[in-house]
Amino acid sequence: MSGLFEIPVLGIIFQLLDFLINVFTLNGVIILALTAPLALGALCGVMNERSGVVNIGIEGMMLASAFAGWFVAAVVAQAMPGSTPGPLFGFTVPLLIGLLAAVATGMLVSALHAWLSITIRADQIISGTMINIVALGLTGYFDLLLSQNPFPSAGTFSAFDPPGWLVDLPFVGWLFRMFLNQNPITISVIVLAVLLQIWLFRSRWGLRTRAVGEHPKAAETVGINVIRLRYRNVILGGVFAGLGGAWFTLDFGNLFQNGMTNGRGFIALAALIFGRWHPMGAFFAALLFAASGSLGIAIRTAPPPGQLGELLQSIPEQVLSALPYIVTIVVLAGVVGRSIAPAAVGQPYRRESTS
Amino acid sequence: MAARIIGQVLVPAGAILLALVVGAVVLLISSPLVTGRFDPLLPLATYAALVQGSLGSFNGIVDTIVNATPLILVGLAVGLCFRAGLFNIGGQGQFYMGALAAAAVGAGLAGSPPIVAVPLAVLAAAVAGAIYGFIPGVLKAFAGAHEVVTTIMLNYIAGFIISWAVQGPLRAQGASFARSPDVGNAMIPVVLNQGTGHEGHLGIILPVIAIVVIWRLLFRTTIGFEIRTVGANPDAARYAGMRPRLLTIFALTVGGMMAGLAGATEILGVTGYMAATYSTNIGFEAITVALLGRANPVGILFAGLLLGAMRAGSGLMQIEAGVPVQMVDLLQGVILLFLAADVIVRRAFRIRAATGAVTEVADVTRSYAGKSPAAGA
Repeated sequence: MSGLFEIPVLGIIFQLLDFLINVFTLNGVIILALTAPLALGALCGVMNERSGVVNIGIEGMMLASAFAGWFVAAVVAQAMPGSTPGPLFGFTVPLLIGLLAAVATGMLVSALHAWLSITIRADQIISGTMINIVALGLTGYFDLLLSQNPFPSAGTFSAFDPPGWLVDLPFVGWLFRMFLNQNPITISVIVLAVLLQIWLFRSRWGLRTRAVGEHPKAAETVGINVIRLRYRNVILGGVFAGLGGAWFTLDFGNLFQNGMTNGRGFIALAALIFGRWHPMGAFFAALLFAASGSLGIAIRTAPPPGQLGELLQSIPEQVLSALPYIVTIVVLAGVVGRSIAPAAVGQPYRRESTS
Repeated sequence: MAARIIGQVLVPAGAILLALVVGAVVLLISSPLVTGRFDPLLPLATYAALVQGSLGSFNGIVDTIVNATPLILVGLAVGLCFRAGLFNIGGQGQFYMGALAAAAVGAGLAGSPPIVAVPLAVLAAAVAGAIYGFIPGVLKAFAGAHEVVTTIMLNYIAGFIISWAVQGPLRAQGASFARSPDVGNAMIPVVLNQGTGHEGHLGIILPVIAIVVIWRLLFRTTIGFEIRTVGANPDAARYAGMRPRLLTIFALTVGGMMAGLAGATEILGVTGYMAATYSTNIGFEAITVALLGRANPVGILFAGLLLGAMRAGSGLMQIEAGVPVQMVDLLQGVILLFLAADVIVRRAFRIRAATGAVTEVADVTRSYAGKSPAAGA
């Protein structure tokens, strides 16, 4: 193997491949954890856009849910101190109530977006932008007021501990560790993506949803209630945004910070497009973005030895931090420039009798 | 004529009023956190401080105009793109790149005569902003990458570029924190209120010039007519032989130039240098400005002055009423809510005028995800 590294010029490419494989297998757990909010945001987008509604407010929905989950969990924890963590994932009553609050917030904000997009027939991109601005202002306002009298957070869920023999298996052990040694929200992401993929393409609901997103008028003529189905899907999409928000303050970290979603809602949107509006496609796109982010961290903290290490370390730190954002643009412009969105996305639907 | 103008102003005015009501409700709910007890008068105290800080004195009025200057310029950047059916969320990044270019060129020319240094630094900012608008324009026109996502990504990348430049090549020697050197003679001269801490710099005339230029461009030139046609009806524009790709790139580039100029007014008119941690929310505020001004250059002037006043008054609001400045962000977002849902405003105030709040804004959602006028049929 090391013979390959000595070849001039080509050797450095083999070194790079070796380094990339190492980064991915060694950091699988953190990469999948960082994938979770992106993938959940993208699944929210799938629910919206497959039924014909554009949602660029995912960022704001996740931020609002992150705040609600953190705040409610902390308040409940104060009201009932001494609750002991359950045996699995460290479940406590405050954390579960916080999780419910986050999901409810996601659904509530989604209901507002649904009402503006479907009933009011407002411009859907402007509605999404409004959600982003209001969420940032509202959470920032209350976060600042609450931080004057800080109170303890409710902590976080803890990771599932897979049996040792499983994660030590040769060659595939790291995969088990990556997908099982995780907190509950992160573990659920792959399950949710698979289920949504099956529902969308193998169930009656999925067929109807895709019909409403592609050709609402035809769907209406065969008896599908376009308005009701769009409402239901947009609000259910809020569940994913709510889980994505809860990931920030109940799963990955335990504190709320102003503007902590930091553009992940928009990267989720890019993952949705890159994944061609398929739940599994969006999941793997999110995985790519998360991996590109942790590559930058790995170069800074554990650079590869020799020539390649020197080369990679000469790259400014900011370029590495910007990597996920750069990859998003390259992917949008190059790989999927011509991918086709659901045909009716962004078009408000008018029933014939009412127009 | 007068009736038409009133008809256009009614819905935005109603949206502002309703937003103030919503803001008052939030203030009432949060008053125990602000003052330690339930305070029914907190909304009044907050809004009074906001008005006092922005319009209550000559200093306040100068602050309002200085704060409005970049808002109007970036508002034009967003508004012009709205006319072409494009949603430019990248005002933020274009502003950052303009500010960085102004700081770099200004620092380089700090010892040159002002008559040379100021115009060159301002020009550099305009060019940098234009380039940063050109990039998403090309990506949209030739690769079909939607500008909503690319401009947001470019905003984050601009933040990293600033952080790299100011901590690296542009870092001032001997400064206690990472910042660029003083721009010295490239500082735009102060013309109002010298030495009061509420100075007004000459850059406040830039928005006025820009409004005239953009207005003439949109309503008195062929390319302006083509921009409005592409925005209103891309199919008709293509049948008429217009070139949507070129217009997309043109609108985003000129918009980027406006946002870049805004960056120059902040660095050369207000701060005098750039810190590595420099951050602003101007790109999103400008969206509210552009929509409130109905994507019309004159409307954007008034909308920018209104939001500039809110910015100028927010300091006194925090000191006197103890309300965090984020209240202003919240109010702006809620104004946007009522502009999007103008039906509520119409019902609340029984407005019957036929014009909607955002009719001049081309339907930006229509161009989403590959069905853009630029991507071809």
